[in-house]
Parts: sequence; structure tokens; C-alpha cells
Amino acid sequence: MTRKQKKMLRRIIIATVLLIGINIALKLADINIFISLAVYLAAYIVIGYDILKKAGRGILNGRIFDENFLMAIATVGAFGLAIYELIKTGEGDFNEAVAVMLFYQVGELFQSYAVGKSRKNISSLMDIRPDYANIEVDGNLTQVSPDEVEIGSIIVVQPGEKVPLDGIIEGGSSSLNTSALTGESLPREVKEGDEVISGCINMTGVLRVRTTKAFGESTVSKILTLVEESSSRKSKSENFISKFARYYTPAVCYSALALAILPPVISLLLGNPAGWAQWIYRALTFLVISCPCALVISIPLTFFAGIGGASKEGILIKGSNYMETLANTKIVVCDKTGTLTQGVFQVTGVHHAVIPYEELIDYAAHAEVASSHPISKSLQKEYGKDIDRARVTDIEEISGHGIIATVDGKKVAVGNVKLMAKVGAEPMECHEVGTVVHVAIDGDYAGHILISDVEKPTSREAISEMKKAGVEKVVMLTGDARRVADKVADDIKVDEVRSELLPADKVTEVERLLSEKGSKDTLAFVGDGINDAPVLSRADIGIAMGAMGSDAAIEAADVVLMDDDPMKISKGIKISRKCIRIVYQNIVIALLIKFACLILGAFGIANMWFAVFADVGVMVLAVLNAIRALRTKNL
Amino acid sequence: MKKTYVIEVDCANCANLMEDAANKTAGVANAVVNFMTQKMTVEFEEGADEKKTMKAVLKACRKVEPDCEIEF
Repeated sequence: MTRKQKKMLRRIIIATVLLIGINIALKLADINIFISLAVYLAAYIVIGYDILKKAGRGILNGRIFDENFLMAIATVGAFGLAIYELIKTGEGDFNEAVAVMLFYQVGELFQSYAVGKSRKNISSLMDIRPDYANIEVDGNLTQVSPDEVEIGSIIVVQPGEKVPLDGIIEGGSSSLNTSALTGESLPREVKEGDEVISGCINMTGVLRVRTTKAFGESTVSKILTLVEESSSRKSKSENFISKFARYYTPAVCYSALALAILPPVISLLLGNPAGWAQWIYRALTFLVISCPCALVISIPLTFFAGIGGASKEGILIKGSNYMETLANTKIVVCDKTGTLTQGVFQVTGVHHAVIPYEELIDYAAHAEVASSHPISKSLQKEYGKDIDRARVTDIEEISGHGIIATVDGKKVAVGNVKLMAKVGAEPMECHEVGTVVHVAIDGDYAGHILISDVEKPTSREAISEMKKAGVEKVVMLTGDARRVADKVADDIKVDEVRSELLPADKVTEVERLLSEKGSKDTLAFVGDGINDAPVLSRADIGIAMGAMGSDAAIEAADVVLMDDDPMKISKGIKISRKCIRIVYQNIVIALLIKFACLILGAFGIANMWFAVFADVGVMVLAVLNAIRALRTKNL
Repeated sequence: MKKTYVIEVDCANCANLMEDAANKTAGVANAVVNFMTQKMTVEFEEGADEKKTMKAVLKACRKVEPDCEIEF
């Protein structure tokens, strides 16, 4: 509990003791009426002084109709009525006014405690801000603020510490806990030469890291900025509630005034007794019931909790309006490379080889030694050992064909069909999809190597999960060749595929899809951020993957997925749906109960006790329901 | 210039009210209050004095939510 909450708890206890004490005393003995009045008044002041003060200040500041005002008027009114009864009949019940205020404060305290507790849960999970960085000075470690570390410095990260800045490992190996960043619970193994991102927690070994970014530019600062500024864009529901409250509270106040004045006046005109006290009491009850706290407090809370819950999963949503949009997603348009596939080319097969696999890769990797083409990189990666440049001579790169080089004294040709024709080898055709690299040695065909982009292991499941989450159509767009695109589309079961698109064509495609969809449905575009910025901003909602990479994507996207797992798309949609569902539940439940009670109050069926229970009860229910938005585990 | 401040606010709606109040304060180009992390991020207008502006922001926020705190 915070200091404020403890103070409130003390006030509640004092007021309760006073209230119970005076009631027992009144039962047992005949106490002077002024003494009991003084005790009641003391209890009331103890429990309600801040409400009265806030109400008074609100009036001075021109914010008249808020919940403090309602509670102040209702309880002061009830107190006044009791005094009036006392004067008139010699008996008055002061319990009601004090108890109403007491219950209201108990509700407020409970609400503040529950919210504070879950808020702390979430913020501790998102606590990725590194407090210091260790720099080595003369062999000793010194702690400095991460802000002060310059690019290219060597920092030391010990087990249990957060990686303070992005960098490359110069020495040591360890496993990193990335869960605060990505929501992924499996630790990541890193060794010398690997990149590390700030915000991860070093678990096992000591790492020496050469920083590549200043603190302000590092991953952790960017994420923190995103998280801290995520609330700036308000959803329709929130705007609805603040507009609603603007009209609702004054409307209720005037209705209460009418309820207090009109019936007695009409009654008088008809020649009956006015019954002022009864109608004023009903009007006051009406005021207590009408307090819109449940809505005003729970709706923004739900969105905060939803965004918090999502960020715990590594899904950063930039504003509550995007939660609304995401919840209505009916069409998901995905980029292929980097989004559904890993975007790195790998050797996926060797066919028709006349020499052993390793030997063929060996020759091809060495022949391609001077090339910076992605294909040569994937060949070298597959080879896995260091390339011995001394074995390679006479490298000749023939543009549009491939490479001819002498490796170990043999003339190796690596390239496409045209190159094979040139060296007089007869290539075999490949039946699989991908980039085919033919190899000929000394003019004889030696086989071909198939290189293709690999689908992410979760892509297929991700698409079926999206369908389960209510997405009607998944479209894949790619600049890649048609055969490749069709194969991937078929494997992971997307509904539509458009291939061989230029970046501008992607925008056109998205615009076409936008014009075809229903007005309430929304279209989400998912990309890895490279060349995607225009499409990301054109779609109803742009989702960028792998925030570790592209700054442009973080800028342009509305939702940022920290890691590049496509499963997070459906998760994000489900979290948003849950959040919106809770918002609607709260609106409907709160309003239904309020209106039912208002009518009961107006007809005198509900008294003020009932009213305060209804008000506090609905608020507590709504707040508990709102906090559910934090829980995202089983979605 | 953009700065982040630790704040203390009890309810999510009050946080939104504080955000509105801060945004209307002179010298503030844009303000965002995050209830979950209890932070206020303020982007100042060019030439605005940070201390003075934040005093005004606090004053404006206290008007809508007397219990709130901003550490600056």
C-alpha cells in the first residue's frame, strides 16, 4: 500500500469506529443530542473532508459536475435532511450520510489498491531500463550511466545484469533472457561476434561488449519511449465516455433537482401536502446512484491494462485507438520475405551430384569467394569452414551468368543454365522451387545446389490462428518470383497471393483490398519494415515485425512486434478483442445497473444505502473486470 | 526537447485529465501521460523554460486532480 492508501485506511477505520461506537452508546444510554450530532459530524469530516474539498475546488475551477460533487451534495443533503427531521420530530438518522460516504471511500480505496497492484505487476515486467553500464578503466570495473558511454566503448556485462547498450560481443559467451523484450521465455545463446540488444538480461557468463549505439539510439530506449508514449492516441470508446460524462452528469444533476422540486410543487397545486423531505431524499438517492465512476474509471483502465498486457507479450501497441482497429481486423496482408519467411537464403538441397555433397559445396563456396551476392554468402555459410583463398585463382565473374574460377587446379563454373552452356556442360533441370546454382568441373556437369528462403516454422500455424481469431482473408504480397511465392502460399495456406510486385504495386494492392472490404472491417498490413513504410502507413493498421531492426518501421507502424514470430499477429488481435469486449461489457453492465437503480430511486423503492452499494458495487465489478485485460497468457 | 517525468496518479481517468491539462499549458508542444508506467513525457516548445513550464503543468494538473504529483 502506498502512503496515501494507508492514510485512507486509517481514516476509514477511525470513521467506522466512531460510527459503531456512537450507535452502541445510543442504544445503551441516553446521550445528549448535541453530543451524538458532534460525533456523527466528526466521523463525517474524517471520512469525507477530501471529497468536500475536491468538490469545492472543482466548482471554483469550473469543473462542477464530477463524482466528488455528486457525493458531496448527496451526503451533505442527507445530513441536512436528518437535522431537519431532528428539529421537526426530535429524531433523526445521521447514520446514512456518514455510511454512504464511508462506503464510497472504501470502494475508492479498494479500487486504488487493486489498480496499483496490477499496475506494479506490469511495470515490473516492463522494467527494462538499465541503471548503469560497467566500463573497464585500468583493469577495474567502474559503473557509469549508460548515457555516458560512447559508441565503440567496451562494456562488461556480468551475470544477472541487464545489457545496457546495443553492441557486438568481443569476448565471452552466455545465454540471454530476452523475455522482457520479446515475451519469449527460451533463453538465447550468444557467443563472440554475435550482436546483443540492450534490455536483455545476461544469465550465465561474463560478456565483453563493444557498443554500436549510443543509449538514446539503443533498442531499450526506443522501446521505453514507445511504451511510455503509447497512451497518446485515444480510442473511440474513451472519447465516447468523456463526452458521455460531460452530458450525463449535468443531466443527472438537473433531473435530481427536478425530482426534488416538481413532485412536491405539483402535489401542493393539487392541494395535497408537499412532502418535501421525501422527495429531496429521493433526489439525493438518485444522485448517489448516478455517479458515473464505474465507467469513467474502468474504461481508460481497461485500455491501459490491455496495452500493458500486450507489451508483456512483446507486442507494442501505440495507442488505444489501434486496439479498437486491431480488434476489427478482417483482412491481414502480409509481406513474404522476412515476415512469413526468414529472409535468409539457405542451401536446401543438392541434386544430381556426381561427387560427394561436401566436395561440391566446397568447390562452389571457393569459386564464389570474391562475390558479395547473397547466394555466395549462403554457400559459404553452408560450407561452414574458413575459406582458403590461396586455393582459388583466375576468378572471372560473368555478369548474368555466374562465376568461373580455378580451384585446386580444376576449372570450376558456378552459375545458371547459360553458364553451363558456355562451358559445354549439360545441366539437369531442377523440379523444386528456389534459386538453382549449377556447378560444372572441368567442363563436366557436377550437379546443382538449390538455395531457397526458408519459411518460418510458425508461419503456417500463425495463419490458422489468425483465422481462428476471426480474420477472414490472409493475403500475401511479394516482390519474389511467382513460382516461389505460390509454393510458400500453398505451404502455409494463405488465401491469396500476389507476386512479382514492386514496392509501389504493394500500395496499389493494399488500396484495392481496402476498397473491397466492408466499412467496419479493417485491414492490417504486416511487414518487416524494410521498404514497407508506405504500405504500413496506408493500411488501416500497420504491424511491423522485429523492431530490433528498422527504425522506419517503428515510426510508420501502429503496432510493433518485438520479435519476428508471426504467431504474435493473432495474439495481438486476440488481446485487442478481449480488451474491447471488456470495455463493452463494462459500458453495458454499468449503464444497465445504473438506469435500473435510477428508476428504483426515483420511485422511492431504493434508499440511499441501496444506492451506495449499487454505485460502489458496480465500480468494483467494473475495475476487476478491467484488470482482466492484463491477463494474456491463455489467449 | 523531450523529457520524461515520474508522476503519481491514482486513477486512469485522472491520468487522462492530467494529459489534457498538460497539453493545454503554454510551452508544452505535446504531453503524454502513461498511467501504467506512471510517467509523463513532455515535449517542450522551442525556447520554453523547462522548470517554469513544468511548474505551470503541475499547477494545471493539480486543478483537475489535486492529489497528483510530478517529480521534476
